[in-house]
Amino acid sequence: MSSLSATIQKIFNEPGCAKNANKSDAERNKGCAKQLQPGGAAGGCAFDGAKIALQPFTDVAHLVHGPIACEGNSWDNRGAASSGASIWRTGFTTDMNETDIVFGGEKRLYKAIKEIIKKYNPPAIFVYQTCVPAMIGDDINAVCKAASQKLGKPVIPINSPGFVGPKNLGNKLAGEALLEHVIGTEEPDYTTPYDINLIGEYNLCGELWQVKPLLDELGIRILSCLSGDGKYREVASSHRARAAMIVCSKAMINVARKMEGRYGIPFFEGSFYGIQDSSDSLRQIARLLVERGAPCELIERTEAVIAREEARAWATIELYKPRFAGKRALLITGGVKSWSVVAALQEAGLELVGTSVKKSTKQDKERIKELMGQDALMIEDMTPREIYKMLKDAKADIMLSGGKSQFVALKAAMPWLDINQERCHAYMGYIGMVKLVEEIDKALFNPMWEQLRRPAPWEEVAKNRQTNGMAQIDVQAVDVAADPETTRRAKKVCFCKEVDLGTLEDAIRSHGLTSAEAVRQHTSAFGGCCKRRIEDILTKIPVSSPPAMLQAAE
Amino acid sequence: MAIVTTPKKACAVNPLKMSQPIGGAFAFMGLRGAMPLLHGSQGCTSFGLTLFVRHFKEAVPLQTTAMSEVATVLGGYENVEQAILNIYNRAKPEIIGICSTGVTETNGDDVDGYIKLIREQHPQLAKCPLVFVSTPDFKDAFQDGWEKTVACMVEVLVGAPPVGVERDPARVNVLPGCHLTPGDLDELRTILEDFGLKPSFLPDLAGSLDGHIPGEFTPTTIGGIGVDEVAGMGRSSWTIAIGEQMRRAAEAIQAKAGVPFRLFERLCGLIPNDEFIAFLSDISGRPVPAKYRRQRGQLSDAMLDAHFHVGGRKLAIGAEPDLLFDLSSMLHEMGAQVTAAVTTTQSPVLERIGTNEVLIGDLEDLEELARTRNCDLLITHSHGRQAAARLKIPFYRTGFPMFDRIGAGHQLSVGYRGTRDVIFSIANLVIADREENHQPAPDSWRTSRRSLKPGRRSFVDATEGSMA
Repeated sequence: MSSLSATIQKIFNEPGCAKNANKSDAERNKGCAKQLQPGGAAGGCAFDGAKIALQPFTDVAHLVHGPIACEGNSWDNRGAASSGASIWRTGFTTDMNETDIVFGGEKRLYKAIKEIIKKYNPPAIFVYQTCVPAMIGDDINAVCKAASQKLGKPVIPINSPGFVGPKNLGNKLAGEALLEHVIGTEEPDYTTPYDINLIGEYNLCGELWQVKPLLDELGIRILSCLSGDGKYREVASSHRARAAMIVCSKAMINVARKMEGRYGIPFFEGSFYGIQDSSDSLRQIARLLVERGAPCELIERTEAVIAREEARAWATIELYKPRFAGKRALLITGGVKSWSVVAALQEAGLELVGTSVKKSTKQDKERIKELMGQDALMIEDMTPREIYKMLKDAKADIMLSGGKSQFVALKAAMPWLDINQERCHAYMGYIGMVKLVEEIDKALFNPMWEQLRRPAPWEEVAKNRQTNGMAQIDVQAVDVAADPETTRRAKKVCFCKEVDLGTLEDAIRSHGLTSAEAVRQHTSAFGGCCKRRIEDILTKIPVSSPPAMLQAAE
Repeated sequence: MAIVTTPKKACAVNPLKMSQPIGGAFAFMGLRGAMPLLHGSQGCTSFGLTLFVRHFKEAVPLQTTAMSEVATVLGGYENVEQAILNIYNRAKPEIIGICSTGVTETNGDDVDGYIKLIREQHPQLAKCPLVFVSTPDFKDAFQDGWEKTVACMVEVLVGAPPVGVERDPARVNVLPGCHLTPGDLDELRTILEDFGLKPSFLPDLAGSLDGHIPGEFTPTTIGGIGVDEVAGMGRSSWTIAIGEQMRRAAEAIQAKAGVPFRLFERLCGLIPNDEFIAFLSDISGRPVPAKYRRQRGQLSDAMLDAHFHVGGRKLAIGAEPDLLFDLSSMLHEMGAQVTAAVTTTQSPVLERIGTNEVLIGDLEDLEELARTRNCDLLITHSHGRQAAARLKIPFYRTGFPMFDRIGAGHQLSVGYRGTRDVIFSIANLVIADREENHQPAPDSWRTSRRSLKPGRRSFVDATEGSMA
């Protein structure tokens, strides 16, 4: 166990983590894992995290050393996609019994490894340590080492007993295991100046394949993806890549940074969620490759691809604008996704009533403020009951979240869309964002909602909160119908402060303004968030012909 | 009849089995206002939670004592105490059900002792029942966890009737095994009520995981049997236990309150339902309602229609013991040959399954047996989908978990009506498979005849399989 705690300490000392760098030594030693609360905790354990991070290696046999709970209750539960091998979908476990607990499970583990090689002959076996064998002192490092030597196959120990911490720590422990035992152990057949690694990308629903064609088109080769649709040999020779993109930094920053230190592979943190982010990521990849010696023309070609893809995507999303006008979305997700999809949703005309920032970094929060305004509702920790109430009171028209909170929305008869790992649609890259907008449209406009929100004929109408919520909306609609111009003008343009449409229009018309900057000078509009909206307004107002009323006033 | 064997392999491949603690937690979900709590590390709960959510497509209450490395070394008292207090304060449960896991059993935590201490320290908990069941992960399986937990509920919660209080002749306890779905429980309730009986189901998943929409959001279970109702089960006139796994709980009620019980090993099939209906008629003193006479007729007719398709099928089935016994017996009675049978744990019913051999194993074993014995129908839970695809044979999903199809909670297999539905579903699978994959063609005719020769459903083979 001492080596495991040393590994954990190393992870907590991660200098690549901005959060960590700002901590004092004492704080850093405590690690970033919050003390889990008995009776109030949710989410997976370190073993879960390790398995999630590595299971998408498709040609590897993943053997779980532990009692049946760890694998029997969890196998075959994530939808990563493979372009070939399928052994990763097979559940292997030592299924430890009482005798193993008393006499130790090392022998059983060794035999299990032997059986797998005999029956399935995979290029490598990953052995996951879980709580019970860790407690009784099974030394999986020793067993794996012995098995590797005797059986002539890489057998990689992943030291990840559940009780050492949460899922995120497990992701990093998995990364450490790769660094220690796998990366750099083999050489690629050939290399090109266009070789990159993707780190922390899991190819859920085959998402990576929405982006890969663009990379292919640019001639950029994914030398290794950790770990979506990954192969053992690829990751073993991944140290020859020219650059790396870290897709989920919370999970595997340690891998990216150490590979930079050891092999001089520069990395950046990017995302393929959202149109802007996809473009930024492609640009960054091209830039890093060129810095490492790829021909400069790569950058031009990349820009051309970006321009083409962006134009296509925005043109399609534009079509949804009229349908989404006035619709409000609640976004409950973690990390980069809390802002990276916001831009696209706003572009499609959706208002965002709030986004969760539970797993977001400081920079993530800054980005949210920039996109949604200073008053953006950032949900630190909302109980399901509160979310339920929010939806039931019709404060949002749709919730986007992970599968665990779906019933909070569905049971309130509110549209819901899965944007986390269990979803069945891929939302990556340019086409992914269009797909997301399409799915939102389908969810929002399903005619079913109207029926579901009707109370049973025998139910007292007044008691039904849903009806009240809908009634409020109806009242607003009546108001709008009664005095459309005042209501239209009173509409808040952005989520920041008090700027309303009327004030902006007046300023534009009276001063003949043409740029967003000028409008900002004349009004109280500020921040990056309003810019796009102001530009929208500018395009709609023909400056040359101010309305008669204003002319008269002047 | 059947010989029960255990394979000698160190590595379980594609597990059929799930762990005991989540079987226990599942039973607690059939109580009203309950919060099941697993005493173990976070993953023990989160894996179970995901499994239940994927199966039922419902919000599922399940909590963890979140054992850390340090707590595991020092003992989990504080974690159990904190978890109970947190749950009590936040979720306001009517009962907290605690199951141990592999971690805390290896550790040797004395949870019964902890609970005593917690009760002394926190008198405000006096009215909140805390039921603890020992369910180590490294022993037994899902069904055993359910069995132990229901027995434990009876021991802790059911009261002996006061002397001189008469039993209510119409009140009946029903103890359903974990292989029955909420839909099955609803069906049973209707049948019992049609005989004028007032059933109390323990546990009652029909009230809690049947997919209704609550008016308010609650963190605990919605519906299910209340603790007060469980306490009064000692005053019933009969206990009906369904599945061998419920014998223990039925005996516990009998020992505690003197309620006689009748165990129905299975409720899928014509004969078992005849016995069941006759028994209900007997204890209620009422004639069998016309509805069930009609349903019996429909089932008989379904059997006639289906036997062409089900008869002679070589069946590979993997399920927990009671479900395996239930379904395979019914299909055996329909003329199918139970050619490969795999289960998760020991049970007295296994020996009486109509086949030569029952293996306590995994889905790799089932797939291998199905392949070598040329089975043409696979029955197991959703994890069998990969095997079925490789074997290219029709696949009937049953039991838990069923995460890749919707409506799992309402799949019906009890009663005349339920049996009829199962028979139709399976026969239709076979018909569809024949239409899609086995249409005779001028070229395939000769080859398929040739493949018949070396053992592919030859006469000898067929009789061998059905000798049981």
